[in-house]
Amino acid sequence: MSHFDEASAAVQAALDAGARYADCRVMLRRTESMTARDGDVEELGSDESAGLGVRALVGSSWGFFAVPDLSDAAARAAGRRAAEIARASATVPGPPVDLVPSNAVEASWASECEIDPLGVSLSAKGDLIVGATAAAKEAGADLAEGVYQIWDTRKWFVSSEGHRIDQHVRECGAGVTASAFGDGEIQRRSWPSFRGQYGTSGWELVDSLDLIGNAPRMAEEARALLSAPLCPTGETTLVLGGEQLALQIHESVGHAIELDRILGWEAAFAGTSWLDLRKLGSLRYGSELMNITIDPTIPGALGSFGFDDEGTPAAKRDAVRDGVWVGVLAGRDSAAVAGLDYAGSVRSDGWARLPMVRMTNVGLEPGPHSLDEIIAATDDGVFMDINRSWSIDDRRLNFQFGCEIGYEIKNGKLGRMVRNPTYTGIGPRFWQSMDMLSSESVAWGTPNCGKGQPGQVGHTGHPAGPARFTDVRVGVRG
Amino acid sequence: MSLDIVRSGVELELAARVVELVRRQAGPSAEAEVVVRHDAEALTRFAVSMIHQNVADAATTVGLRVHLDGRTASGSTTVIDAAGLQGLVERTIAAARLSPPDVTWPGLTPPTPLHQSAGHHGSGTRSGLDFGFDEATARSTPGERAERVRDFVRAAGGLETAGYCRTTYTSAAFANSAGQAVEGRTAEAAMDGIARDNGADGVARLASGRLADLDGARLGARAAAKARAGQDPIELAPGRYEVVLEPEAVADVLDNLAIFGFNGKAYAQKQSFAEIGADQFDPSVSLVDEPLGSRAEHAPGLPFDDEGTPRDWLVLVREGVTKAVAHDRTSAAEAGAESTGHASGSSRTWGPFPTHLRLEATSAATEQVLPPAGPGDPTAESARPLVAHMERGLLITDLWYTRVLDQKTLVLTGLTRNGVWLVENGEVTRPVSNMRFTQSYPQALAAGQVLGIGSETVLLPDRWSGTRYAAPALHLASWNVTGNASG
Repeated sequence: MSHFDEASAAVQAALDAGARYADCRVMLRRTESMTARDGDVEELGSDESAGLGVRALVGSSWGFFAVPDLSDAAARAAGRRAAEIARASATVPGPPVDLVPSNAVEASWASECEIDPLGVSLSAKGDLIVGATAAAKEAGADLAEGVYQIWDTRKWFVSSEGHRIDQHVRECGAGVTASAFGDGEIQRRSWPSFRGQYGTSGWELVDSLDLIGNAPRMAEEARALLSAPLCPTGETTLVLGGEQLALQIHESVGHAIELDRILGWEAAFAGTSWLDLRKLGSLRYGSELMNITIDPTIPGALGSFGFDDEGTPAAKRDAVRDGVWVGVLAGRDSAAVAGLDYAGSVRSDGWARLPMVRMTNVGLEPGPHSLDEIIAATDDGVFMDINRSWSIDDRRLNFQFGCEIGYEIKNGKLGRMVRNPTYTGIGPRFWQSMDMLSSESVAWGTPNCGKGQPGQVGHTGHPAGPARFTDVRVGVRG
Repeated sequence: MSLDIVRSGVELELAARVVELVRRQAGPSAEAEVVVRHDAEALTRFAVSMIHQNVADAATTVGLRVHLDGRTASGSTTVIDAAGLQGLVERTIAAARLSPPDVTWPGLTPPTPLHQSAGHHGSGTRSGLDFGFDEATARSTPGERAERVRDFVRAAGGLETAGYCRTTYTSAAFANSAGQAVEGRTAEAAMDGIARDNGADGVARLASGRLADLDGARLGARAAAKARAGQDPIELAPGRYEVVLEPEAVADVLDNLAIFGFNGKAYAQKQSFAEIGADQFDPSVSLVDEPLGSRAEHAPGLPFDDEGTPRDWLVLVREGVTKAVAHDRTSAAEAGAESTGHASGSSRTWGPFPTHLRLEATSAATEQVLPPAGPGDPTAESARPLVAHMERGLLITDLWYTRVLDQKTLVLTGLTRNGVWLVENGEVTRPVSNMRFTQSYPQALAAGQVLGIGSETVLLPDRWSGTRYAAPALHLASWNVTGNASG
């Protein structure tokens, strides 16, 4: 069933009420999730949400209104309310607003999906998650937790410029975590990633993770960490696993290249960026091994789509090429302010939220090495992987990460396991120290990216493989 | 928001209807609990001194949890016509039947009246529904929010500004198949903004049950004063510093203590530092969760939780001794305790935790009388007596991006934000650039570590969720700074 008519009615009502541009997203979303603990189901939930959100531009002021009612009357009322709110925005006006061009296409897109996640029986999904936690518990975990999550989103987008686009995006993922309790501390190991691995994919993604097979090792490693020595303190060579490097990219590159942050539009909450638009195309972000792309076209990656929530078609773009900053994540209005000619990175977390600049898939192109080669080439250092904590300043410069597990590297070989590994640094200095990069890239999914007020949760992807960094401060403790 | 959204009775009727639907489809042995919320939120956001995002939405959400033959499932929908409700009930019952057994099901809340103790506070009537409810806030318009933003921007005197003015209104009801049926409503307003001056930011932030309490000009002037006082900061070396945390920074401490420490599930699973009955904090520290408000303040939360348990005051720490943690029915059963009314839609997974925490202020009578603040003094009024007692240390306005490194000891890392100053001999002497810290919050508040607590409590909105904190300024003996702008 199409919902173009309701979206069109809302757009027309906003135009009739004085808007010079309007767009509307009708979105229907079903979600399902299950958590398990120590071999029992903890929570099973399935949610359904349906509604429309209208954005109106009156003069140079924006307004947005959303309702969970798909009737023609409600759609028209929402369009009028969006225009009314836009007029109130003119109380504190800004400079004229322009939108970079976007071809008014009529199109349809769906993510790839072999096994419909909502079509898999609950008992089968429950057996998997419960079974993984039971396996971890039997292997010695003091606490074993498992989770799967499914999102099934259909949306219809209409703009006053003539866009009519419908999309069907199916996303899912899962993970298992084993915790071991020691004297005054807790150690944790997660498979395959902190909170699991996620993608725009069918249940085949979850099947590929082998949660039950890997759960016992997680329990054994969590228990071993309790008696492992602390991560050494000081400056050393740091080798990061791909999962941790994915979050490093997310926090210290992905957010930094968001154009709304660069322009100051997020200054009060999410923050700004250390990047200065005047240096786009010339600023050295990292070493020559650093090639970062913005690519929402990667099949199966969590940040993939056919069109963004302004109707711009998905397209691959460079953000950093040979270590030089060359691109941003942009929307149609922010791009116009910045004098750029491209957008395509605007998304909203459901019908009730305003579309805003978000990461898509922001990742590191593969390098020439393997992890084994990187370890073999390192005389003295630390290997860390699987994120445990993350913190970065409001300009996206000063970061500190904690990982679940670390190993000493001595004379080209992995040595003792170390616990509570942490590292800290300043973004560009850190990236410029990257001297080896693996070709073993995985598109890690981050389903919990917070931004905006009211808060929105974004789903992003980050292709990354292991890499080596020099002279990094490790072992920061309280 | 408009006049048509302020109503009562609608949600309770809807909740009862869904309970009846479950009974018809699953039989009398099915246990059902239903939460119906009508939420209307409007947020006027400004940046680069203009309103750039101005949003509103209003939605009714029906949440259902069913326990059937020893198995549990939950669901929700925003589709509240007959077909939508029928679909919710069918889907949730089917999910419960297919689910593995739920051995931790704690049963339903029996019929229990709401606590009326806070109903006489605030400007509302003692109806049992209102708890200080301010109808004018619930009915506020985009124009009223925009006026406050305009006042903030103007008061910043030409500095670049950014932030928001927000109003929220919730009307909600709960019903279950055991006969519990309660309803309530709440409204809140908040303003949070910064002023920016040549790389230095200053902040002003306030929550209230009444939009009328939010003075955009006053907040804008305060943010601008802080920004202007932050010019040409010096960089200090990492190390341990005596600090005065202003209320905005203290709210972050309360937030993390609540989520990770006073969390009933974390406590039951031995992941929390909390030990009930133990002297874990300085004797000057008393922490209370107050969803029904306090003194002349409005009730910031609903008078019941998502399991229908009536909410009330909960003393978590009294004079340094940990007295309680927050529970829903599941964590309470696991800990052998009673629910404290902290169930939420996600509390079985993430654990129940306090969302309206107050750090008790000290008596104003014990504080010295200070001369008026100078025109360039960035110190919050409530922090000035504490700064006056600090020989050498840091005045910290706000904390940012704090994340847990070790949950048991509650060691966090994070950064300062929106203004840091060096204090020498009781006076602010130099602005300092932002720094990273790595610090155990319970250790920072341990016996002997709290050198003073301010006499004025400030109501502060959480920057992300709907929680609210009541925080005075706090003078601490030691704060572990582990990095600065250089790394």
